[in-house]
Amino acid sequence: MSGFFKSSIGRKVAMALSAFFLMFFLIIHLAVNITSLFSEDLFNELSHFMGTNPLVQFGLQPVLIFGVVFHFVMGFVLELKNKKAIGVKYARNNGAANSSWVSRNMIYSGLVILAFIVLHFIDFWIPELNTKYVIGDMSGMHHGNYRYFHELVEKFHSPLRVGAYVVSFVLLGLHLAHGFTSAFQSMGVTAGRKKTLQQIGKAYSIIIPLAFIIIAVYHHFNH
Amino acid sequence: MNLTLKIWRQKDASAKGQMVDYKVNDISEHMSFLEMMDVLNEQLVNTGEEPVAFDHDCREGICGMCSLYINGEAHGPDRGITTCQLHMRMFKDGDTITIEPWRAAAFPVIKDLVVDRMAFERIQQAGGYISVNTSGNTQDANSLPISKHAADEAMDAATCIGCGACVATCKNSSAMLFVGAKVSQYALLPQGQVEAADRVQNMVAQMDLEGFGNCTNTGACEVECPKGISLDNIARMNRELMKAAIK
Repeated sequence: MSGFFKSSIGRKVAMALSAFFLMFFLIIHLAVNITSLFSEDLFNELSHFMGTNPLVQFGLQPVLIFGVVFHFVMGFVLELKNKKAIGVKYARNNGAANSSWVSRNMIYSGLVILAFIVLHFIDFWIPELNTKYVIGDMSGMHHGNYRYFHELVEKFHSPLRVGAYVVSFVLLGLHLAHGFTSAFQSMGVTAGRKKTLQQIGKAYSIIIPLAFIIIAVYHHFNH
Repeated sequence: MNLTLKIWRQKDASAKGQMVDYKVNDISEHMSFLEMMDVLNEQLVNTGEEPVAFDHDCREGICGMCSLYINGEAHGPDRGITTCQLHMRMFKDGDTITIEPWRAAAFPVIKDLVVDRMAFERIQQAGGYISVNTSGNTQDANSLPISKHAADEAMDAATCIGCGACVATCKNSSAMLFVGAKVSQYALLPQGQVEAADRVQNMVAQMDLEGFGNCTNTGACEVECPKGISLDNIARMNRELMKAAIK
């Protein structure tokens, strides 16, 4: 089995498995965020639960971090290996004749998403860790109220942050436009199932990033 | 028609090559691309220059010998054909045509437009066969029940002529369409089951050893393949390897 994951196809499968996990995580993350559109209380409660529940914090969070890091590191490793396999470059190459731009540039859409995650880490995660584990304030309260919704609104106040957010999620959409079906193809799914999968993939890669964008833009213009 | 050709010239495997411009005149639109290359070579021989080396054999699209990366596409701009079947009517008078060899670290240039595709042979030798006694006791092929669907899919996979257009086209120089087709044609048939696990593991190991890249499912190979080998064959190879790994 260890030999399997050392092979080129084994690495594809590992890439696909981590992609499935991250695509599932996106749905969970969106489910929490979307509540902010209609219920401040629900959003606060869910955020508090996610931010303080030991199972989420010390069980699921490390798995998530591993999944993210693995997907990126493996992506870079494969990209470098592939670059080596090419050798001399063509003087003239018409890639658009046979494949989509997104499929040929996953590394670039991936890099934008990585930049977003780093920013998200600095902007959200480090202050959260600081409040909860350095200062030791696990209450989630600020001036007698839950702080989460208030912080969300505050963050989306900045046009620069919302702009970067929108660009990142457009690139995420493009990444998913190829990545969704690609992951299934790597796992060996084919034939009759392909068309349905492509449709689900298309829907997923549009709906999920668009919903994240709508949330950011809504809070930017409504508070 | 009159054309300008930009052709990769390289004296031998160790020489540093370069693009060289040539002019050819009065090319008939009914000529095949290779016939146009013949005209150029006659012209070069007549002027005492070294003709351009390029691979070709049957010139009817079934042997897999011809190659050429023409105007940025494997086997040129037409679909479902090899370079020998590409007609000059696909081009216009006054066009500049760029002609390059297959590019991949695993396909080193031997001379000009000729590349060494022995890596494919070594992959085939690693598992692209079935062990069957052919010493006169061969049973009737029809005695084995095979569904029409499986037979058709196996036949489709077996139409791969091993030309290497998939590798040449792939942005990662991946050979997975070729190997996928070779694995599939046996995986779909009862005769291929006996060695199925060893076959896929050995062929994939050899493919990796040869230095081909990793498939990222862009689907470019499927589009440029002269035989229309489907990407489904790569998925099937992935399934076969997973199956072999947990066996």
